[in-house]
Amino acid sequence: MTDPLDLYPISENAPELAVSASGMPLERLTLDEVLSGGVAAADIRISAEALRLQADIARSAGRDRLALNFERGAELVSVPQDVILETYEMLRPGRVTDPALLTARAEMLRRDYGAAAIAALIDEAVAVYARRGLLRRRY
Amino acid sequence: MTSTPRWRRFDEWDSRQLRHDLFAAEDVEAGFATFHSPWDPAPSARVENGRVVEIDGKGEKDFDILDAYIAAHHLDPEVIDEAMAMDPVEVARMLVDINVPREKLERLARGMTPAKLVSVVTAMSSLEIAFAYSKMRQRRTPGNQAHVTNAKDDPLQLAADAAFAVALGFDEIETTMRVASNSWANAMACAVGAAVGRGGVLFQCSIEEAEELQIGMAGFTSYAETVSVYGTEAAFVDGDDTPWSKAFLTAAYASRGIKARCTSGASAELLMGFHERQSVLYLEARCLCLQRAMGVQGTQNGGIDGAPLTSSMAGGMRELMAENLIAVWLGLECASGNDTRVSESEIRVGAKITPYLMAGSDLICSGFGSIRKYDNTFNPSLFNGEEIEDYLTLQRDFQADGGLTPITESSVEQLRMRAIRAIAAVFEELDLKKVPEEWVQSVAAASGSQETDSFTPGEVTRISEAIRKRGLSALDVVRALSKRGFGEEAENLLFMLRQRISGDYLQTSAILRDGKVVSALNDPNDYQGPGSGYRMSDARWHAVREVRGLQTRATVLERERRHDPTATPWLVAKGEAVKGDDPRDIVIGLSPAFGVELTRTTAGHDLIDVVLALTEGVREGGGTPRLVRMRHTADTSFLGLTAARLSGSGYGIGIQAKGTAVIHRADRLPHMNIELFSNAPVTTLEHYRAMGRNAARYAKGEAPEPIVVPVDGQSLAARYHVRVAMLYAIETGLVVADAPPLELSMTLGQGGIPT
Repeated sequence: MTDPLDLYPISENAPELAVSASGMPLERLTLDEVLSGGVAAADIRISAEALRLQADIARSAGRDRLALNFERGAELVSVPQDVILETYEMLRPGRVTDPALLTARAEMLRRDYGAAAIAALIDEAVAVYARRGLLRRRY
Repeated sequence: MTSTPRWRRFDEWDSRQLRHDLFAAEDVEAGFATFHSPWDPAPSARVENGRVVEIDGKGEKDFDILDAYIAAHHLDPEVIDEAMAMDPVEVARMLVDINVPREKLERLARGMTPAKLVSVVTAMSSLEIAFAYSKMRQRRTPGNQAHVTNAKDDPLQLAADAAFAVALGFDEIETTMRVASNSWANAMACAVGAAVGRGGVLFQCSIEEAEELQIGMAGFTSYAETVSVYGTEAAFVDGDDTPWSKAFLTAAYASRGIKARCTSGASAELLMGFHERQSVLYLEARCLCLQRAMGVQGTQNGGIDGAPLTSSMAGGMRELMAENLIAVWLGLECASGNDTRVSESEIRVGAKITPYLMAGSDLICSGFGSIRKYDNTFNPSLFNGEEIEDYLTLQRDFQADGGLTPITESSVEQLRMRAIRAIAAVFEELDLKKVPEEWVQSVAAASGSQETDSFTPGEVTRISEAIRKRGLSALDVVRALSKRGFGEEAENLLFMLRQRISGDYLQTSAILRDGKVVSALNDPNDYQGPGSGYRMSDARWHAVREVRGLQTRATVLERERRHDPTATPWLVAKGEAVKGDDPRDIVIGLSPAFGVELTRTTAGHDLIDVVLALTEGVREGGGTPRLVRMRHTADTSFLGLTAARLSGSGYGIGIQAKGTAVIHRADRLPHMNIELFSNAPVTTLEHYRAMGRNAARYAKGEAPEPIVVPVDGQSLAARYHVRVAMLYAIETGLVVADAPPLELSMTLGQGGIPT
């Protein structure tokens, strides 16, 4: 198998692998296409596949923490913006006093979006928040 | 007993810019400690069953939120025992050893706790830290980031200033707002401005996280660096986040194809009131370990908002460099601070930037104010619009690539105008605003927003609201640009949208150059001593050295050598000069090019006036002036000594065309003159007259007061020596070793005055 690092930059070395979240291949994102109305907002969004590929590349470059972040990012690609912002808000200190709410959020993300790594991050937060007294109203 | 007067030097020192700066005494209890506090823990770590159960003297059950995250995600159990056992000085030596590869050190860092990292960099001098930084930083090619903001949130000015910043070579531009609700208009204006010219610049609109994500989703922005982290739990919670909320946010940015970096910096905890009496470096080391743990690609670090406070402490600037070193050692992209202005002293500002210029950095400034200080909505940067040319000159001085390139006046003017017209066209095309031509003209010429007749912040708010409510995106802007004849700009903006699909710029230290991603992956810093690492290409060096106003031989001679070869000479040779026998005789020895090839002194006096002043002065002093042309020398001392030896009185004056003049006596050594006017640029005609008078009075045996040409401390060398050296070469070029001096007469009033 080839070293994923050889694919980098994808836009130059493997443009065929760069497909937007909507499935539009990179080469179709041209000015003509934009002008004729053939490009929508979802077409300029990164796909989970591209992020996983970037994770492989990062890992191959010896940057495993960055790779894990890209993989968490890949899990969030299909998560709607309002759910992302709501989850972020719930993770902020003192927003949630009942740990069950966070646990339920983790479960929902795992179930509905296959976001296992994100869910694990939330579960880990719940344990620490409880021990450090962060599940307490701040305002 | 009389009292001792105050030395007035102190009054002068009191009035210097430096005295606006505050300096803090070390006070550990108050958190004022740079590298070490007795409350800092000693380095330690313990692993049980593959799990980190102790960090820096603290057991697992006492871990605060930072310890817990660092234990779980930063520390590599495979490396801990080896790394923690190493002697800090030995590791410090490895950091400056060109034979120890960067990768080997990065591996060790993965097994080091914050206190351990601190113990290593504490062993290093500022020079060693800077050197290690140049070796450990991630991307080989250095870059820079600009702030583009203005006090009115005027979109026309934002577009023009963004285009200017792009033309200067900034790899990233960051904007923010005076009024929060203007964010969408600011983002659109900067995105359009940044598409004028070379394109491919990463752009950020700094605002509250939720809004920033939305603006990013609309395609206007491509990176975010507002993911702030802090070094104590209390400060973190007060900052309204936790390591988990920030790690989640970092993943969210990645999921939207937006490059992200964290922000942290020394003294932030001090400003927030939660320093726990620990040194600023130790707290920052915790922040940096946390950032690696979160999986963010990079950091904006090196004081940032806390940089002025850190710089108030002894060793503060060394500390800022040390934390940047820890950042890159941990494998993070580093936008190395140098943003907030740390001092009112220009000397401290210049000194602050110099090690970074020499070492290079992923982004030397995490916000160079490309606009005027008062327009910098973040606060004045270390360097601002006022000082851009100083920075360009420092690059040239040290032959160091600070990421910027000098640009010509006419190209800047064209780019600015094109950017203003482009945003005006987009606003009109999208039915947001019809921009009056007077506004366009006003903004094009204005240095800053205080001079513009353009949008008010309130009008911008209405546009910004419309952009947000109508859900306008970068695609709409691409269409509008193209429709209105800004095809190149439309392509540039589209190029940025294409980039986000591949995600290439999400990798460590990624920027875009010439339409290609350049990052730590495909352009890794490979410094291993002389002959390796980043060096400017010939083309790059040629561009860097072209600062404005370069003097060339041709331009100097064009201005100075106002010589008309067709004019009748006003100094006519009458044959070989002989020694005079009149005791009142004062010979004035003129240099080879005097009044012929060269016609003005560096002070701008016509040489005819200078000769008249000297000869009239001699007469006033009771002497008889005689003019002699020297050809065997152009040196002032020898001109003067030869003149003195030809003089009946034994006293003579030597003068060069550039105006340097001397009184000499026949029996002296060449460089032991009687009086010397060495500062020709500040020598007046009255001084020359007085010199003539004194020469005659010496001849009569009097002891006149020497003429003092007052100087006020200007660097005449910096101001004149380039011209002087070029002019003097004309004089020396005319020297004929054995040619005897020639007696001269003046033929004024015969049409011989050069124009």
